[in-house]
Amino acid sequence: MKKILAVAAALALILGVIAIFAAREEKAPTPPATTNENSTPGSKPQGAGTVYYLNFKPEQARQWEELARIYTAETGVPVTVRTAASGTYEDTLRSEIEKPDAPTLFQVNGPVGLKTWKGFCLDLTDTAIYANLKSDDFALKEDGQVLAVAYVIETYGLIYNKELLHKAGYTAADITDFDSLKRIAEDIQARREELGVLGAFTSAGMDSSSDWRFKTHLANLPVYYEYKQDGIGMTEAIKGTYLDRYKAIWDLYINNATCPPSLIGAKTGDDASSEFILGEAVFYQNGTWAYDELISGGMRDEQLGMLPIYIGAEGEENQGLCTGSENYWCINKRASAENIEATKAFLEWVITSDTGRDMLANQMGFVTPFKTFDAGYTASNALLDDAARYIAEGKESVSWNFPTMPSDTWKDGVGAALLEYAQGTGSWENVRTVFVDGWAREYGAANP
Amino acid sequence: MEHAIKRYWPLFVLPTVLAFIVGFLLPFGMGLYLSFCRFTTVSDATFTGFENYIRAFSDPGSNFLHSMGYTALFALVSTVIINLVGLTLAVCLVRGIRGSNLFRTVFFMPNLIGGIVLGWLWQVILNGALMRYGKTLVTNEWYGFAGLLILMLWQQAGYMMIIYISGLNAIPEELTEAASIDGASGWQTFLRVKLPMLMPSITICTFLTLTGGFKLFDQNLALTNGAPSSRSELLALNIFNTFYGRSGWEGAGQAKAVVFALIVTGIALLQLRLTRTKEVQQ
Repeated sequence: MKKILAVAAALALILGVIAIFAAREEKAPTPPATTNENSTPGSKPQGAGTVYYLNFKPEQARQWEELARIYTAETGVPVTVRTAASGTYEDTLRSEIEKPDAPTLFQVNGPVGLKTWKGFCLDLTDTAIYANLKSDDFALKEDGQVLAVAYVIETYGLIYNKELLHKAGYTAADITDFDSLKRIAEDIQARREELGVLGAFTSAGMDSSSDWRFKTHLANLPVYYEYKQDGIGMTEAIKGTYLDRYKAIWDLYINNATCPPSLIGAKTGDDASSEFILGEAVFYQNGTWAYDELISGGMRDEQLGMLPIYIGAEGEENQGLCTGSENYWCINKRASAENIEATKAFLEWVITSDTGRDMLANQMGFVTPFKTFDAGYTASNALLDDAARYIAEGKESVSWNFPTMPSDTWKDGVGAALLEYAQGTGSWENVRTVFVDGWAREYGAANP
Repeated sequence: MEHAIKRYWPLFVLPTVLAFIVGFLLPFGMGLYLSFCRFTTVSDATFTGFENYIRAFSDPGSNFLHSMGYTALFALVSTVIINLVGLTLAVCLVRGIRGSNLFRTVFFMPNLIGGIVLGWLWQVILNGALMRYGKTLVTNEWYGFAGLLILMLWQQAGYMMIIYISGLNAIPEELTEAASIDGASGWQTFLRVKLPMLMPSITICTFLTLTGGFKLFDQNLALTNGAPSSRSELLALNIFNTFYGRSGWEGAGQAKAVVFALIVTGIALLQLRLTRTKEVQQ
């Protein structure tokens, strides 16, 4: 009797395990993170595909899910939107793309990102998103194929607090080049007690939540001027012509900030934004994407403006803000034909329908490169308006060249060298070595 | 019943063996194969031979050898300190002082918090303290080292303490009684009687802390993330950064992971042999 019982128990256990595995198989894949799956059974047209968008921008995750829900309600095509947690997009994509129900729509950050994923990118030449692009500059091409299309144009610069700048006796018009920026920033720093601020600039935090502002975005300026001087758009070996200017602006940032340079290793992105929101600093290097955070922190539109980041390069009187994109849509060509068609149709709807355009421009606040976003569908706020004004005044926008930086390892190296220079444990020579030699080495490492 | 177990044991181990194969052996074999391949996604790999291993060791930007030394030092120092503190706490708490149970709980609690959370927590605490002196955790790699040590001690000492307490409680009273009749002092009793009897616990605890020190990842990531200049990067984080930091280096990261697995296994086996020989039979 006992024997039979034991065998029965063991069998039950095994069957249980098998049942669990079988159940897994049926349910797979269920993305565990923020997911919005809209498969209304019955309403799905026979043979039609599904859409799975792996979204890069956590700030707009909820709006994308809302948009997917509306599209499903209108057409019956199931749209799944999943958003990777901040800073984990590449990791998430790597594991998601392996699954049987891989993303049909994903993102790359530019030419370097495209190199990793081009085996998965469908030629977008005959799609609505490419046909409606304002300019070919917003598409990534290779061998005559359009592999990726930008969908949001962003701008960064020196965000400043208009009221505080006015209180110090200046206006934005006084800052026209690096020398005037330096003079005014140093004056504010010297009078910081009288003005009631902690420093001219917010802390240049080198925590990973903030270091990209300097190792990537600020580093874009010396790269931009060098590319411009040499008439190139990408290089396998940077010369570092403008590294002196990089040093000048970095010195200005760290020596006229809310904290001594030795402490920036511990400062985070939240530290910088809260210093700016609380009026403890006048200048804050960041971009249009920071708008929502500043407003929800209690700032008002009339307090905000954005200035170009002047580094003291020749011809900078004509320099505008830094405008570009690191958000490119790609369609997964390894997805099934129906899913590819469904994805194309979804994207066309997103950029042409009233609902889609309203969501992107007015709810998400995206400036898009598509012709379909005409009157009524242009995003507007204090920072975006400044960005538009510089372009209207004929200033030359600084392009985003950091998608051509050879690898994340290079950026991390530059960030680390900047930090060590700031806290006095490393020299500027080291920054130069990492910047110039590191570029060639990393380029070689990524392109053997 | 015993007869049934003898006869049907394959049936009983089957679920575990299945789980072991699916959860460990298959991924391990796949990882081993991938370390000889060039790949972006793991199902789409081309065989390239030993190239990844050469790249893992020869690339000056990847910092592998420095990480190896730094990790070995950390594992060694943390093993010694955690076990000393854990054992001291255990010895203090088996004496039946008032509130022993409360103390046991309090010391054990940090172990229930996840590594990332601990890392953030201690980053805030330690940076707050260091900032008074114009320093931060990333001023140089030794601040990070000390910070990580404090963190791990706080997290692990309580766990080791529990193991040591059960070890101490298992020592038969006749032995300590006989020792005291023979005129041994408290210190002599501890060194000559209790410590040898405690060797099985010591084996377990040193094994856990040594391999734990080598495999440390989340605490390292959250506390310093390898800063400055990857100088405080432990091996696991180094492998992670190689895998995700550059396109085309996934294979090299995988090769490092295989080397890492070999090192940890080797050291763990060696340590087990060394401490096992010191164990005594009751």
